[in-house]
Amino acid sequence: MGKTIAEKIFAAHLRDTPTAENVILNIDVVMCHEITTPIAITDLESRGMDRIFDPKKIKAVIDHVTPAKDSKTAIQGKILRDWARRHKIRDFFDIGANGVCHALFPEKGFVRPGYTVIMGDSHTCTHGAFGAFAAGVGTTDLEVGILKGVCSFRTPETMRITITGRLQDGVSAKDVILFIIKELTVNGATDKVMEFVGPVVEAMSMEARMTLCNMAIEAGATCGICLPDMVTAQYLWPFIKNHYASIELAVQDFARWHSDPDADYIQKLALDVSGLAPQVTFGYKPDEVKSVAEMEGTPVDQVYIGSCTNGRIEDLRSAARILKGKKIAATVRGILSPATPKVYSQALEEGIIAIFMEAGFCVTNPTCGACLGMSNGVLAEGEICASTTNRNFNGRMGKGGIVHLMSPLTAAATAVQGHITDPRKLLKKKLTPTITE
Amino acid sequence: MKEFGGKALFLDRNDINTDEIIPAKYLTENTKLALQPFILEDLKLGGFDPRRDIEGKGVIISRANFGCGSSREHAVWVFEVNDINVVIAESFARIFRQNMYNCGMLAIELPKKEIETLFGLGEVVEITVDLVAGTLTAQGDKKVVISFKMNEFDKKLVEAGGWLAYADKNY
Ligand code: SF4
Repeated sequence: MGKTIAEKIFAAHLRDTPTAENVILNIDVVMCHEITTPIAITDLESRGMDRIFDPKKIKAVIDHVTPAKDSKTAIQGKILRDWARRHKIRDFFDIGANGVCHALFPEKGFVRPGYTVIMGDSHTCTHGAFGAFAAGVGTTDLEVGILKGVCSFRTPETMRITITGRLQDGVSAKDVILFIIKELTVNGATDKVMEFVGPVVEAMSMEARMTLCNMAIEAGATCGICLPDMVTAQYLWPFIKNHYASIELAVQDFARWHSDPDADYIQKLALDVSGLAPQVTFGYKPDEVKSVAEMEGTPVDQVYIGSCTNGRIEDLRSAARILKGKKIAATVRGILSPATPKVYSQALEEGIIAIFMEAGFCVTNPTCGACLGMSNGVLAEGEICASTTNRNFNGRMGKGGIVHLMSPLTAAATAVQGHITDPRKLLKKKLTPTITE
Repeated sequence: MKEFGGKALFLDRNDINTDEIIPAKYLTENTKLALQPFILEDLKLGGFDPRRDIEGKGVIISRANFGCGSSREHAVWVFEVNDINVVIAESFARIFRQNMYNCGMLAIELPKKEIETLFGLGEVVEITVDLVAGTLTAQGDKKVVISFKMNEFDKKLVEAGGWLAYADKNY
């Protein structure tokens, strides 16, 4: 019997098998941010265990609330900062160099095919886009990861999702994953790995694959995963070029992680996306999804473009296609948070920031910001936000606020019209390549 | 080993998420105890009032996919500091379930039918858990004894007093 990519990664990292159902894995990268890590640090300190397993394998960033908004968030930043200095964690990113963790760490080349990654953050599944097993964990798992470099998991079962067809212009990875979550429901993939394969995934950029894997957790999955290929190798090339004689050899090496043809899957799904329309959530759960046409006309108070789901350069480019030369509706507050400093400066260089600003958007520094309702765009009771983020839970962006999740294209079209709008109406011809090419 | 049980708080809804259990704005607190007053503050559930309904409860009984959403262990701690050490549900989100066992607390999965039975026991229900026998006793309008399955490793974590203690000893 062949193995899936997740099974191969597990086998390569096996530390212990405490029971038939459970495994302890060695972890390659332990990622930390300032919301869930400080309490782990203070707990370890109070137990007299202020140690780390390997300063090179720990990466840390202040990203959720930055710059600090009050004394409490300032203390959280300080605890993480002091700890990173004390333990000589070189890869620590503070103000000026910081950005949303799941966008920043991939940019730095920290995640490689075949890696195991944990972080005290549920959207850690994003990093599966690189052919890694990456899982969100709680603070205790994080503490043990920091101390020992291990984490416990149940032996994973994999669900294979084959995506075929051709995405229409105006439809993106975000629409694909929203549709998949609707089909699977919010716990349809609990305790499972979602493996995304097929020609549509192969044609996707790393950015689009990250969007896809980012929301695997919204169907309950432990990890989303894509098979590493030439696209992966090209993205990582600046970081791996000293390890391989050629990019082709890197691709060949990555292929050892590919799932075997006779691998065992708990479930196999096939999805032809040719007829897929832009999707949007209603209600308070990420599986409450409709086509934009069904929600068309719903007025919004705020449009938020950013986050680890859709705050990357490709997302900004696609929104700019719609916003170029237009103004957003007078009733709408537009907020753009580029996910990382690199995304920000690239967008500046390409004139994208100017397009957003001329359209009437406020541009913030790279941060999670409004996504989790802690800063930079919290909603008032009863207000509605069109958002490119990944969660629409009650209260997520502020008590009593309502969030509709959608793609950057749909969010931009919605900003211009002041109500939920199918972006295909505002798209004339293609200016920039999209993932279908 | 620790004693598990207490009066049941019934939360009759699927998909109760961690933002509802403890809103993100309280994640700036740096002690578990500071979370105590904010338990289930944003829960959307008709007739539920956290200030009135939590007092004296030791066990939560709910439906499917309990604890979905964010990885915040704060959702477990806010139960812990309110003396709730057991959640019984039809199913759990993975991270929440793991966080419960990592803290030496119980996340017990029961089939829909058994959950239905518990919901049918009336307003005041007292739960006692026997970990060794793998049974829980619910005393409400009548008394029922239900056996449950527990992952062997989760059991070891509870016995060890949590994952940190277990990992420190073994790795
Ligand atoms: S952008 Fe939002 S979902 Fe992503 S890590 Fe930040 S808070 Fe979490």
